[in-house]
Amino acid sequence: MRTPKTIAAFAAAALVLTSVAACSNTPSTNPSGGQPGGAGAAITVRGCTPQHSLLPTNTNEVCGGNVLDASEAKLVHYSSDDASPSLDIAESIETTDAVNWTVKLKPGYKFQDGTEVKAKNFVDAWNWGAYGPNGQISGYFFEMIEGFADLQCGKDCATEAPTAETMTGLKVVDDHTFTIKTTTPTSNLKVRLGYTAFAPQPDAFFADKSEGKKEFAKKPIAAGPYTITEVNDTEIVLKKFADYSGKLTGSVDTVTFRIYNDLGAAYNDVVANNLDMTDTIPSGYLVGDLWKQDAEGRNAIKDTGVFQALSYAPGDVDPGLADVRMRQALSMAVDREQVTKTVFNSARIPATGWVSPVVDGYKAGACTNCVFDPTKAKQLYDEAGGYPGTLSLWVNGDGGHDEWATAVCNQIKNNLGLACTVQTTPDFATLRDKINKRELTGMYRAGWQMDYPSIENFLTPIYATNASSNDTNYSSAEFDSLLKQAAAETDSQASNKLYQQAEDVLNKDMPTMPLWYQQSQYIWSTNIKSVKMTPFSTFDFGSVEMA
Amino acid sequence: MGKYVVRRLLQIIPTLIGATLLIYYLNFAMPGDPTAGRCGDRQCPPTYVEWFNHEYNLDKPFLVQYVLYLGKLLRGDLGTDYYGNTVVHELATRYPTTIKLALIAVLFEAVIGLAAGIWAGMRQGKFIDTLVTITTLILISMPVFVMGGLAQLVFGIKLKWLPVTVGGQGSFYELLMPGLVLGALSLAYAARLTRTSLVENLRADYVRTAKAKGLSGFRTVAIHTLRNSLLPVITYIGGSIGAMMGGAIVTERIFNINGIGSFIWRSISQRDGVALVGSITCLVLVYLVVNLIVDVLYSVLDPRISHE
Repeated sequence: MRTPKTIAAFAAAALVLTSVAACSNTPSTNPSGGQPGGAGAAITVRGCTPQHSLLPTNTNEVCGGNVLDASEAKLVHYSSDDASPSLDIAESIETTDAVNWTVKLKPGYKFQDGTEVKAKNFVDAWNWGAYGPNGQISGYFFEMIEGFADLQCGKDCATEAPTAETMTGLKVVDDHTFTIKTTTPTSNLKVRLGYTAFAPQPDAFFADKSEGKKEFAKKPIAAGPYTITEVNDTEIVLKKFADYSGKLTGSVDTVTFRIYNDLGAAYNDVVANNLDMTDTIPSGYLVGDLWKQDAEGRNAIKDTGVFQALSYAPGDVDPGLADVRMRQALSMAVDREQVTKTVFNSARIPATGWVSPVVDGYKAGACTNCVFDPTKAKQLYDEAGGYPGTLSLWVNGDGGHDEWATAVCNQIKNNLGLACTVQTTPDFATLRDKINKRELTGMYRAGWQMDYPSIENFLTPIYATNASSNDTNYSSAEFDSLLKQAAAETDSQASNKLYQQAEDVLNKDMPTMPLWYQQSQYIWSTNIKSVKMTPFSTFDFGSVEMA
Repeated sequence: MGKYVVRRLLQIIPTLIGATLLIYYLNFAMPGDPTAGRCGDRQCPPTYVEWFNHEYNLDKPFLVQYVLYLGKLLRGDLGTDYYGNTVVHELATRYPTTIKLALIAVLFEAVIGLAAGIWAGMRQGKFIDTLVTITTLILISMPVFVMGGLAQLVFGIKLKWLPVTVGGQGSFYELLMPGLVLGALSLAYAARLTRTSLVENLRADYVRTAKAKGLSGFRTVAIHTLRNSLLPVITYIGGSIGAMMGGAIVTERIFNINGIGSFIWRSISQRDGVALVGSITCLVLVYLVVNLIVDVLYSVLDPRISHE
C-alpha cells in the first residue's frame, strides 16, 4: 500500500490493495445510546489525490483504492475483521480441478445506474482490463486466465498489436453464469476474485468512447454500497446507494474524502474535531504514544496484511552475500524485539516468517533464522568468511525509515563486528528504480501489502522464479514446484500445507530477511463513537457508529 | 518611461524560453524512471510503462520533447499532469487561494513591518528600538515549519480561535493564520530594512538642511526621508510578493492549503515534469512582472532615479 505523499504511508509501501467495504450485516445496537449510523449522518475522512483514473483495473494505490473500496462490489468480499472471503455478487464459484471454474451470480444485483449486474459485465470488464493497449496498471491480475498472453502487445503496442481482444478462458453461459478457465491450476482463484481489479463494469462503461474511458472514470458507476457523486481537487464525495443489493450496507449517508497533502495536517484536524477520521498517524506522534493522549478514547490499532523485510542483493551483484550462511548470520544478528520496541514503541510485531498473521495459512515460527542469536550469528558469519568491506542498507529517504534502518545496522555492527551504513535515496521512486535495475549491493527495504488475503500472495509474486516483485532474483526449483503443487490442490487445508512447505524452503535459502508485521493506527473525532478498520487499512463504513 | 517598459516586457521572452529550457532539462535529467515508484514494490507492467511513456512523450529524445512542449505552450496549453487534469485548470483553481494567502501575508508584512521599522528608526537606541530588534531576531531565527506547527497547536487546537487547516478553496478567515505565519518572517526583514535605511538617511545632509529651514519633525521624516528610505524595502517586499505568488510550499503543506505551493510539491514528488514545467513557467512570468513593477516604482519614489 503506497500513499505517495506521506511519510508513514511510505512505511507501508508495497502494492496496494483495496479491500471490500466490509461486512456489517448486523449493525450492532448498543444500549448506551450510540446510534448505528443514522439517517442523514455525514462524515469526513482523510483522502489523498488518486494517482490514476478511478477505474478498478487502474487503481493500485491507497488514494484511489480507499474510494473504490466503498463504491465497488465484487464477486467476493473480505471480512473487515479477519479478511476471510465470502460471496458477494456471486451465488456460487465452483470448480473440481482448480482450472475450470463456474461462476453463478445472484440475480437482480444492481449497478448504481439501475441496470442489473450480468455475466457479461464481468467478462467484458476483465477483457478490457487485460487488453495491453489499454495500459491498465492492474492488468496483470488477469494473467492466470487462459488467453491472457494473446491480449498483450509484442515489443510495443504501436508495431505489434495483440492478436486477440478477448481471453479464451472467459465464456458467458447465460445472464447469470460464466466460466473461467485458467492456464495453470489456481486453487485460490476464489479468494483472488475479491480484489478490486475483478469488479464488474456497467454497460455505461462500454458505451464511453473516450480514450482510456476517461469520461466514465470521472464519475464511475459501480455496484457497491456507496455512489461516487463528486470528484474534484479538494474532495471526493460518496453517497449511500439507496438500491444497493448486497449485505454490506453503509451506516452513514455521506462520506466525504477530504484531500490532504500532509498527514500531520489531517492528524491535527481530527484531534481538533475538524475531520472525522484519519487512517495513518505521522510517525512522530507514535513516539511515547503521544497519539493516544491526543485522541484519548478515540483511537485504535488494527493488524494489517503488511509485511516488511530486507532483500539481500543477488549473489552475482554482491558476491559477499552469495553464501547462505552469511544471509542467515545477518538475520540472526538483528534483535527485532528490541528494534520494534525502541523505534516503533511496539507498533510493529517482530516477524517470525514471510507471511502475515492476518491471512489464512499463516504458520508462526517459519523463519528459524529470525530468532535473535548473536553467538550463532557470529559463528556462521566467520564460517562464511566474513563480508568484504562495508555492508549497505538501502532505504528511501522520504519514508521515515532512517531510524529503524540505523538501529538494524547498529545491531549488525555490534553483534557481528561488521561495518554497516544506512544509504538513502532521495525518494521512493529512486529506490525502486535502482532496485529494478539491480544496481544496489547489500540489503534493501522491501515492503509488501497483500492484494488478497491468501498465503499464496505473500509467496508467489515475490519469490517465484521471475515473478513480478522478485527483487532478489531468487530462483529455487523446489520452491517453484511446491507452489505449483499447492496451486493445483483444491483442498484448501492441504494447499496451505504445501504453501507452508514452500515457506520452509525460503527459511533454508534466506533470499530476504523478514523484519516485522505492520499494524495500522487510526483516530477519529468526537462526532463518532466507533469505527472499524479492515485488515487492508481501509475504513469499514458499515461499522461507523455516530456519537 | 513607456519605451523602458516595452523593452523590459520584450526581455521577458528570452528569459522565459531560457527558464523553461533549463527547468525542462533539469526535470529530464532527474535520475530514475518516472514509473518506477508508481506500482508499489513491484515493477510496473510493461504495457502500462509503454502507455505512460507514450502518453507523456517520454519515449522521445529531449529536444523533441521540449519543442513539442513549446509548441503547446504557445497555444496556451500547458499540458496534462500525471493525475489526468490539465495544468491550466489546476493553476486556475489554485491561484485564487495562493493570491489570497499572499495578500494577507504582504499586508501584514507591509503594515506591521513598516510601522515597527519607522518607530524603531525614529527612537534609535531607545527601548522600542531594542524591542523591535529582539522580536525580529526571534522571528528570523524560527523556521517556518516550527512557527506554523506552533501556531496551529496553540491557536487552532488548544485555544480554538482559528481553523486548524484550510482545505477547499480557502476563505480569508481560514487563511488568516497561515497568512500571518507566512508574513511573519518577511515582516521581520522588512522592519529591519526600514529601520536601517531610515536611520542612515536621517543622518544625511538634506535632513539637516530641512531641519535648519525649520520644518517640523513630522514633515522631515514623512516627506523628505521616508520616501527614499523605502527603496530597499520596496525591493524586498516586491521580491517577497514574487516568492509568495509561487506558493509557500511548507506553509501550504502544514495548513493543507490547495495552492500553487502544494501543487509544485506534489509535482516534484511525483516527478510530474509536465505539471512542474507549466507551473514554474507561470511563476517565472509572475516574478518578472512583479520585478518590473518594482523597478517602475523606483522612479516614482525617488526622483533622482530615471528610466529615460
